[in-house]
Amino acid sequence: MIEVLQYPFMFRALVACILIGGLASYLSCFIVQRRMSFLGSGLAHSCLGGVALALWLDVEPLFLVSLFSVFVSMAIAWTTQNTQLEQDTSIGIFFSMATALGIIFLSLRTQYTGDATTYLFGSILTVQNSDLYYAGGFCLLLGLLFPMWSRWSYAGFDRDLAQADRIRVKRDDYLLHFVLALAVVLCLKVLGIILLAAFLVIPAASARMISKSFTSMTIKSVAIGILSSVGGLYLSYVYDLPSGATIILVQSALFIGIALSMRLSRFG
Amino acid sequence: MNQGNEMNQALAIQCRDITLRIQNQPILESINLAIPSDRFLSIVGPNGAGKSMLIKIILGLTTPNTGKILVLGQRPQNLIPCDVGYVPQRKAFDSRFPAKTEELVLSGKTHRWPFFINSQQKHDVRDALSRLQSEHLYGKSVHELSGGELQRVFLARAFIEPRKILILDEPAAGIDTFGESDLYKILEDYRDDTKALVILVTHDLEVALHHSSDVLLINKKQIAFGNPPETLSQENIHRAFGHSMHEHHGSHE
Repeated sequence: MIEVLQYPFMFRALVACILIGGLASYLSCFIVQRRMSFLGSGLAHSCLGGVALALWLDVEPLFLVSLFSVFVSMAIAWTTQNTQLEQDTSIGIFFSMATALGIIFLSLRTQYTGDATTYLFGSILTVQNSDLYYAGGFCLLLGLLFPMWSRWSYAGFDRDLAQADRIRVKRDDYLLHFVLALAVVLCLKVLGIILLAAFLVIPAASARMISKSFTSMTIKSVAIGILSSVGGLYLSYVYDLPSGATIILVQSALFIGIALSMRLSRFG
Repeated sequence: MNQGNEMNQALAIQCRDITLRIQNQPILESINLAIPSDRFLSIVGPNGAGKSMLIKIILGLTTPNTGKILVLGQRPQNLIPCDVGYVPQRKAFDSRFPAKTEELVLSGKTHRWPFFINSQQKHDVRDALSRLQSEHLYGKSVHELSGGELQRVFLARAFIEPRKILILDEPAAGIDTFGESDLYKILEDYRDDTKALVILVTHDLEVALHHSSDVLLINKKQIAFGNPPETLSQENIHRAFGHSMHEHHGSHE
């Protein structure tokens, strides 16, 4: 694998896998634990609105995609907290809205819209140095926000207890939605809209089955996320397969393996 | 006891004309309460009487629509978390959240979910658990605890720091491995040691009559507040429960 890294694009791909594998699997713990896996899917799809708008205007998509993702995420958080609707209902509404906008923008573009498929299925070869800087900066932000782990997990364990201990759970929820929206954008180029939701769920779901505490679930999830991303990237290089899909298949195989071995050990 | 018009800062809890409505349904109406520290208060009423909502108001989780409440001389939202120990009504935990006994107990001191437990904290947790003869629960997952064990873990969580107010929401509901009389003995000892105000939410009239120093009887409205025998008179009980104390017990058997 070492000589492979002499290609700059492969080196960038490896760094990208480590960064986004780590940040997505860290946040996936909160997604799995709070039953928000549909939010990951919804945010990924709402990115289509930003991608299409950027293609139409012919500008760099990152800013517009972030704008769409953060807006949809905040709208979902607000609707969930201020109406009697369940979260899945507001996700369904806002992500369809953003996707519909995306389809309209794509139809307005007269040129070839082939680059849109990059965002649908992901392509690790399109990762640029600037993407790595953004991902690195975001990992730094998550590191600075690490004290939030104790607050998000406490509120996830029992909202009333956390509130009785003066944790401002609603404000914390908005912050979680905000960082999730940015994380989705950062994973977009590698995984693509369609596969992203799994990337935000499988590491924590696998870790949950082999963990007795949320601390160990978090650590194992991050380890699974990074190793499976790097492993998937390597397999995709060796067998010349699409990298995003290969990473998800490696994660799925790991998940199924853990689930089966837990099942067997219970009856063994 | 202070019955005057001024809000007395020295009382552990004082509320005046508390009213709470949720979606225009009355939940609590004109609750008046004034109680100092070093007491054992039972809040009694039938199911749906608003007992748990009153606890939520005292904890600052819900704000009443009208009325004033001071807890330890402050608005409940401004309370320091370590002053109040809270043992919630027993409920199933979300199994998506893996949690260990020691983490739950320690959260009563750190007021955050602990990522890492240092040796001093381990010692504090074992100490709190040992006060309830439950050291053997250390290291267990909270999802494998029985109802009674979970009750003791929650009590240890409250006991890990000295509290000024200790609130238990219907604790008898899940006592299986833990003799009920033991629980009340522990609470009475705790009150003697700490001079805290102990608040017990219960629908068990016998418990309220025999273990508490004061009783608040409610059924949405306040029926009575005062010493146990007078508050739990046949007439008051009939007004709260719609039947006599004797019949109430009959229906339990």
